[in-house]
Amino acid sequence: MSEVLTTAFLVGVVASAIRLAVPLLLASLGETFGQRSGVLNLGVDGIMLLGAFTSYYTVLKTGNVWLGLLAGAVVGFVLGIASAVIAVTLKAEQGISGIGIYLFGLGMSDLLFQKLVGTPIPIDTFPIVHIPLLADIPYIGEMFFQHSLAIYLAFASIPVATFVINRTTFGMNIRAVGEHPEAADTLGVSVAGVRYATQMIGGTLAGIAGGVLAITLGIFQQNLTNAAGFIAIALVYFGAWRPIGIMLGSLLFGFVNALVLELKTLEIIPRDLSNLASMAPAIITILALVFVARRFRAPSALTKPFTRGR
Amino acid sequence: MRKRNIAIVVLMVVVALVGAGCGGGDDVGGEDFKVAIVAPSASNDLAFTQSMVEAVNRLKDDGVVGEVAVTDNTFVVEDAAVAIREYATDGYDLVIAHGSQYGGSLQEIAPDFPETAFAWGTAADTFGLDNVYAYEAASEQGGEVMGMMAAALSSAGNVGIVGPIEVGDAKLYVDGFKAGVLKQNPSATVNVNYIDSFSDVALASEAAQSLIGNGADVMSGTAQMVVGAVGVAKEKGVLWFGTQANQTSLAPDIVVASQVYHWEHILRDMIGKIGDGSLGGETYKITFANDGLVIEYNDGFDLPDDVKQIGEDAIKAFKDAG
Repeated sequence: MSEVLTTAFLVGVVASAIRLAVPLLLASLGETFGQRSGVLNLGVDGIMLLGAFTSYYTVLKTGNVWLGLLAGAVVGFVLGIASAVIAVTLKAEQGISGIGIYLFGLGMSDLLFQKLVGTPIPIDTFPIVHIPLLADIPYIGEMFFQHSLAIYLAFASIPVATFVINRTTFGMNIRAVGEHPEAADTLGVSVAGVRYATQMIGGTLAGIAGGVLAITLGIFQQNLTNAAGFIAIALVYFGAWRPIGIMLGSLLFGFVNALVLELKTLEIIPRDLSNLASMAPAIITILALVFVARRFRAPSALTKPFTRGR
Repeated sequence: MRKRNIAIVVLMVVVALVGAGCGGGDDVGGEDFKVAIVAPSASNDLAFTQSMVEAVNRLKDDGVVGEVAVTDNTFVVEDAAVAIREYATDGYDLVIAHGSQYGGSLQEIAPDFPETAFAWGTAADTFGLDNVYAYEAASEQGGEVMGMMAAALSSAGNVGIVGPIEVGDAKLYVDGFKAGVLKQNPSATVNVNYIDSFSDVALASEAAQSLIGNGADVMSGTAQMVVGAVGVAKEKGVLWFGTQANQTSLAPDIVVASQVYHWEHILRDMIGKIGDGSLGGETYKITFANDGLVIEYNDGFDLPDDVKQIGEDAIKAFKDAG
């Protein structure tokens, strides 16, 4: 047990938690925009997978990690539009259509990987950026200020998203459309336009999340996300549809995962309890969801298609 | 006239005997022999599934197998059961259920197709069925050989292992590797991290980070998610030993060697028996002794001769033991 109380242990766990949290944070932030406007997209994981493959393949061919990330964002953007067409224009049942997008992303990413790449080939990863002065602080520096630029930008997106949702006209329109689309419509807000926009934002962020995952790992493999997209959707509820909440939820999920891994390495968690310990992140998330459900409510118009005049 | 007739008969008998000698014996399978594989992960996972797909394709190249069909990525048992049943229905001669989790389904399906041979692995149970073969790998042998080399290469005396779920082939390999390390260096530290997933690449990556953070300078791991761990080992300059397939391509600078499964040795025997009418009821195990296990070294890695000799001596010991 003495190994647990060391700074090296804590540094390792926190740094790992941050790396594990980032893809979840980005994907759930994107889904937050969509859900605040009343659209549920269960296809996040599928978009992440296609974003991951596209980013991976672009880096494989060009050697440029930022071009790769951009490619993943573009693919996510396009899939966001597709998601909007299905949910907003065609008014399909959002739960079912989202699953369809997920299955499409899962199958297409694997098909493209098999046809274009075949055997996993490593790619370049994001370079580590040491924040001047801050990175040199003992222990704190290694925990927080020795990560890739992508990780710093991911966390920077939280205050930006908070500002957009709470302080801009666009953000007000998102909230209005998600709570009372009929009222928003009477005030001249294009419900469809806002929902299209949030789906594009959501898809772009999901594509970036997948790209960050693939480029950070430096590899692609079938089902690389391992259902992270679904965890991201759960984190939207966990975070009560607020960017700061989903950031905390992502970090908690990442922290518990990292803590369990570290305790397993040190054999503090016995092997016969390993399976139970691995369930801890999911259990904690479920408990937190129950807590949130009691205190916060979802946007009133979530999953409800809007038709003017009805 | 009578002598001429006798000569013709004798000649016909001789021709018949020669024809029989040419048509049987060493001939196994052939162009008409169809094999199907149902597997839980991708055919190119550089691990479990790839080892079987490559083995069957080698047999195809040798003319032992004609048609090969693969249904991969069927981790969901129900999906695999559908594929297994469909291949049997379509008349495949040998249907390989390449996943321990498929056992229950196979036990239900096989009796419905008494003329079809099934092979199930990694496992050692044929359910008492006459048309089911079982196969497994003595992966602990290769694990021990490479564990001994790992211990010899580890200047820190600290070796890390990333595993999926502590079961079956993965457990055998990990246990063998750990035993090998401790055999070579009883005072070595060996940390094992089972991440409880066969597919979570990100978690495997972080497990590797954890092991390296705790001092490991040589690592190994098993199952398809291990590509994440290899990436971290490559980034940190930590040496890596692979298993199930040759993993040199993942990190040519740090992969020392890989234990490669050559299932074709047992499959060839299996197909021969199927040709003779025996569709199952036997278990197989690939080992060093039957050349089913091979250690493939990374030619691009400068492995010291004395370390390699440790491995070669260990392999010889396994071969001599049979």
